Amino acid sequence: MRWKRIRAIAVKEMIQIRRDTRSLIIALFMPLMQLILLGYGVSLDIKHVPICVYDQEGSQNSQALLKHFQASDYFSITALLGNYRQVKRALDSDLCRVAIVVPHDFSERLSDQGSSTVSLLADASDDNTANIAIGYAQAVVATFSGNVQLEAAGFGGNPPPQGGVLLQERVWFNEGLDSRYFIIPGVIALIMALVGALLTSLTISREWERGTMELLISTPVSSNEVMAGKLIPYFVIGLADAVFCLVFAVFWFHVPFRGTLFTLFFTTSLFLVVVLGVGFLISAGIKSQIGATQIAVLVTLLPTSILSGYAFPIDQMPPVVQTITYLVFARYYVTILKALFLKGSGILDLASPIFAMIIYASVVAFLAGRAFKKTLD
Amino acid sequence: MRDPAVSDEVAIRVDNLVKRFGDFVAIDHISFQVERGKIIGFLGPNGAGKSTTIRILCGLLRPTEGRVFVAGIDVARDPESVRQHIGYMSQKFSLYSDLTVLENLQFFGGIYRVPKNLLPERIHFALEMAGLLGRENALVSTLAGGWKQRLGLGCAILHRPPILFLDEPTSGVDPESRRRFWDLIHSLSDANVTIVVSTHYMDEAEYCNEIALIDRGRLLALESPSTLKARNIGGDLLALECDDIGKAIRLLKGHPGVRDVAAFGNRLHIIVDRDKGASSAIANTLAQHTVLVKRLDQIEPTIDDIFVQMVGAERDSRRANP
Repeated sequence: MRWKRIRAIAVKEMIQIRRDTRSLIIALFMPLMQLILLGYGVSLDIKHVPICVYDQEGSQNSQALLKHFQASDYFSITALLGNYRQVKRALDSDLCRVAIVVPHDFSERLSDQGSSTVSLLADASDDNTANIAIGYAQAVVATFSGNVQLEAAGFGGNPPPQGGVLLQERVWFNEGLDSRYFIIPGVIALIMALVGALLTSLTISREWERGTMELLISTPVSSNEVMAGKLIPYFVIGLADAVFCLVFAVFWFHVPFRGTLFTLFFTTSLFLVVVLGVGFLISAGIKSQIGATQIAVLVTLLPTSILSGYAFPIDQMPPVVQTITYLVFARYYVTILKALFLKGSGILDLASPIFAMIIYASVVAFLAGRAFKKTLD
Repeated sequence: MRDPAVSDEVAIRVDNLVKRFGDFVAIDHISFQVERGKIIGFLGPNGAGKSTTIRILCGLLRPTEGRVFVAGIDVARDPESVRQHIGYMSQKFSLYSDLTVLENLQFFGGIYRVPKNLLPERIHFALEMAGLLGRENALVSTLAGGWKQRLGLGCAILHRPPILFLDEPTSGVDPESRRRFWDLIHSLSDANVTIVVSTHYMDEAEYCNEIALIDRGRLLALESPSTLKARNIGGDLLALECDDIGKAIRLLKGHPGVRDVAAFGNRLHIIVDRDKGASSAIANTLAQHTVLVKRLDQIEPTIDDIFVQMVGAERDSRRANP
């Protein structure tokens, strides 16, 4: 390995990236686009579910209940309806996801029998949202119900009911239960994987396609020098993109970063070695730029977005799929990023995913070093 | 690894070289050697095996059989050492078109590890040679063919290699640029650089010290241009210009006294038995069949004629004894 040759290739590669619009867009705009798209677009929180209300009674009590709904962040009342036909139409036309029907004897039964019912109609075509909305509605009604009981007890002159078990919740690491905190660190992994593999996938295939490879391999440069020289610029770009993502996540999305920058730098470098190595492998194997790009997207974007656990928790996947995720290199980095951002884990806490990445990086580097042969055969 | 059997005066030695791609035989038992400082030209039609031979000599392809020594090094065993001693240039696969003239020169200077103190002077030399002084910052993609080709040569000799391989360096370049390019090649040869050059322009053969005629993977001849031209083509050569070449070919094939007929552009070259009045017999036949003859006279054979005649003879003999 001669530094002079490596430098010559690195400089040349940097100039080519600078003059290649496609590479520039991938390197500079893709991270920003992905952060904005995924940061804003993918939210697993359900807020402001549109509900319609058919209040058959229109009493003080029924209004009090509806106020609880109105006050909650989870619902917004979009229409007040007058009959069941309107309720059906509202659900059909997506005017609301959930309809609440307060019966005409709501207050009467409440005071006579001490309990009453309200109906909830939910549009379960999106079962997940429906389930969550029903859960929220139950919580709202339970709070209302508790207030009513307390009031009733107060009226009767009895002491308020004692005992019962109260769950005292303390949510750690993502105190606001904001799913963006959970998503953004994973998005960074997605960006690094995509950008790194896409850019490097072009680097060897471009030379084959333009015919410059023939000249390059007629020179004394070794295949390891070619690999090192070509990957250094992409490594630098990858790190720059990582810094950009970090700054954007912390200052724009206000995701807390609780780990150390050193651990982030170390693990990101490791991840970049894997990603760039994979891109280089693809590029050395496929001699057309288009083909290489497509394969790069296939092996990075798909597994990373579905199987890395960045948005869809791995422990809720079927066992077979869980086993497959061990092959998805991004899962280790996603685990590390989430721990770094939200938990502030140290390098020792992350020993096992780091170890897995080291193994992955060594294997990929080894294969990449042998993949590119200086011959036309 | 140096082979003691290869003397220092021999820059290239090829013994029984065979290259197959699957069932296709691209090079069929070729042997030759080239002395230091000589220019050897590979001549032959497209697909004859010229480029494949050059690529094997540069270590870009591995020989299927046979041995190849370049600068005394066995290329198949140690291609990396060979690459220190050679420069390679091809018209089809050349420079980085998205880099400027200077960036290309600097890149190859780095790749060949030209010492820092020598590089500026050599870059200046290359720029001067290519006629690109003052255009250092032009993108290579904006250069015309002749400049690109001279810059390619400049890049290939930055490290002052003793052996230079040029694969169809002049194809698609205008005649004026081609002549300038050959002047450069001769000045390199004067400096004792061995040059292997392939071309399909027969007229360029005259510029070489030796010519290797290659057809279908076989070496038909390896001689100096003058020896080659003095070769007996087996008769006299007539040039015919007429109004219906197709008809003339049909009439003259198998005509008494005619050995061979070949089309050269708008002319026919006809090889006839020597001193037997074939010329007037041909003129008569053509006149009988209302072919209007514009010109019919004896000419000196060129390398083209010899090549065509040799290829024809070779193919006939292969048909006879396959």
